[in-house]
Amino acid sequence: MADTTTSVPPSRSRDLDKLLLRPGNLVGPRFEPGTELRDDLQTFAKVLVVGAGGLGCELLKDLALSGFKNLEVIDMDRIEVTNLNRQFLFRLEDVGKPKAEVAAKRVMERISGVHIVPHFCRIEDKDIDFYNDFSIIALGLDSVEARSYINTVACSFLEYDSDDTPREETIKPMVDGGTEGFKGHARVILPGITPCFECTIWLFPPQVKFPLCTLAETPRTAAHCIEYAHLIKWDEVHHGEPFDPDNPEHMKWVYNEAVKRAELFGIPGVTYSFTQGVVKNIIPAIASTNAIISAACALETLKIATECSKTLSNYLTYNGSEGLHTKVAEFERDKECLVCGPGIRIELDPSITLQKFMDLLEEHPKLRLSKASITHRGKNLYMQAPPVLEEMTRSNLSLSLFNLMGKLPNDVVHVNGITSKNDQKTTCLRKLRVVFKGVDGVTDMDTAGGA
Amino acid sequence: MIKLFKVKEKQRELAENASGGAPVKKQSAGELRLHKDISELNLPKSCTISFPNGKDDLMNFEVVIRPDDGFYLGGTFLFSFQVSPIYPHEAPKVKSKTKVYHPNIDLEGNVCLNILREDWKPVLNINTVIYGLYHLFTEPNYEDPLNHDAAAVLRENPKMFESNVRRAMAGGYVGQTFFPRCM
Ligand SMILES: [Zn+2]
Repeated sequence: MADTTTSVPPSRSRDLDKLLLRPGNLVGPRFEPGTELRDDLQTFAKVLVVGAGGLGCELLKDLALSGFKNLEVIDMDRIEVTNLNRQFLFRLEDVGKPKAEVAAKRVMERISGVHIVPHFCRIEDKDIDFYNDFSIIALGLDSVEARSYINTVACSFLEYDSDDTPREETIKPMVDGGTEGFKGHARVILPGITPCFECTIWLFPPQVKFPLCTLAETPRTAAHCIEYAHLIKWDEVHHGEPFDPDNPEHMKWVYNEAVKRAELFGIPGVTYSFTQGVVKNIIPAIASTNAIISAACALETLKIATECSKTLSNYLTYNGSEGLHTKVAEFERDKECLVCGPGIRIELDPSITLQKFMDLLEEHPKLRLSKASITHRGKNLYMQAPPVLEEMTRSNLSLSLFNLMGKLPNDVVHVNGITSKNDQKTTCLRKLRVVFKGVDGVTDMDTAGGA
Repeated sequence: MIKLFKVKEKQRELAENASGGAPVKKQSAGELRLHKDISELNLPKSCTISFPNGKDDLMNFEVVIRPDDGFYLGGTFLFSFQVSPIYPHEAPKVKSKTKVYHPNIDLEGNVCLNILREDWKPVLNINTVIYGLYHLFTEPNYEDPLNHDAAAVLRENPKMFESNVRRAMAGGYVGQTFFPRCM
């Protein structure tokens, strides 16, 4: 028999109902508790999980159990035996199959009513519209490149009003998790409001790169021996054939060479899995750290979607390696960030030539920018140097900027050049939101256009 | 934000048939920074840069160095540059395309230059790297050897090193290794 003590029909997740059906003190300004909210979460919230590895498996499971019903997952990797200790959705018989497909299938089998669309491809293979379709993007990645790419895409949807306020409906929230052994982070990125990935890229330490001559002459560690086999010996023997880290035969070859090298120099510690680790820059992963970080990310995703509580503001670090330290830091946006910042708004007459535009940049009170080089959507409109590019772009100077920019009523261009402030000359790179006056389609809204 | 998602979903259904000016691929922060680096290049006469994929692909380019001093005077050396989208968080990847008898460049084109690996910093730029390469030719050093034999000869017998370099650049054998002409 159904529970008759309450007028609200019970959902599978009673605990979630406690959050969504009752008012609270920490809720967001637009929070309206009730079954409609719970149902809308299931109907209208669509979350993309990027990565179906250690974090991605956890995220999918956690989100599915938190009331999200429309999920998609993207990952280009296939399952390897070494994944099985922590990527708990996978079994031995899955080895060799695409992670995204198996992960989606397993979660759907276990949690009824959840729909998960897998995408077995590179994140760059999807066009930008694909990403715009999601309410929230949750990142379970292990590379700076991939994070930076998704961040650029998500920030490209951001639009600013003419007074440089971000338009709320264009904000594509991201929740990012990352782990390394006992350490991890979880963060909420609301482009235009909290710092984007690029604003704080310095948080990621650059990868350690050994000097090549050390590898060639004076190896001291197992990693040196492995990198020697990977970076030097491979080329020497395989003239021109590129090393493929996903090809087990290649990996085996590098391992064998590294062992020989280690024996020659009396260095211990070269194993096959360490070889994989060094070559693919695999960070040691601990299942429970992944679980902690993913749980935090899933809850933040739920909070962003429902506003049932304030979101993390904005960067949580977790360090369990010596005792346990955890704290939340509130990082600040880089106001001049090329990716998420508003840039400088400039209204122009559509008849203006590129040369005249450059003259205006010199006179513009906020810019005072001389010797400008200008790029628009990956097309170099004018380059001051080197001479070969200056020559190739010089003929653009007499052309109409409006035409050069594809007759768009408004769009972003990036310029760099020299500014002088208080007689000090510095080089700078700036984002400009160009708005053409009197062209159809111009509103007071112009796109931030991302980077 | 669920209300927003709901509104957006409804709008999307309405706009389904409207022509959506699909946004094109966005430039990464790395591309923009590289654009700045390239537009500020200030190279010595002995170094020239070219863009095999045209003016809009700056991420892959080539640099030719013609040393105007030292052992390698008269030679022409081609390098390929590959720049990552997270540049300058990561150094550009540089390979020598010319087979060269050089203590700091191996026969596969790997280059031992500290600022390309362990000493790379985001404040450095393409100009610094090209100058670094140029200096490898005017001041080859036997302390960071990638080509062990060449380094040993430079250390023990600079005269012989010089004649080996000349022979290699003119197109010929040094020991067992053949070097195509590059002058
Ligand atoms: Zn930013």
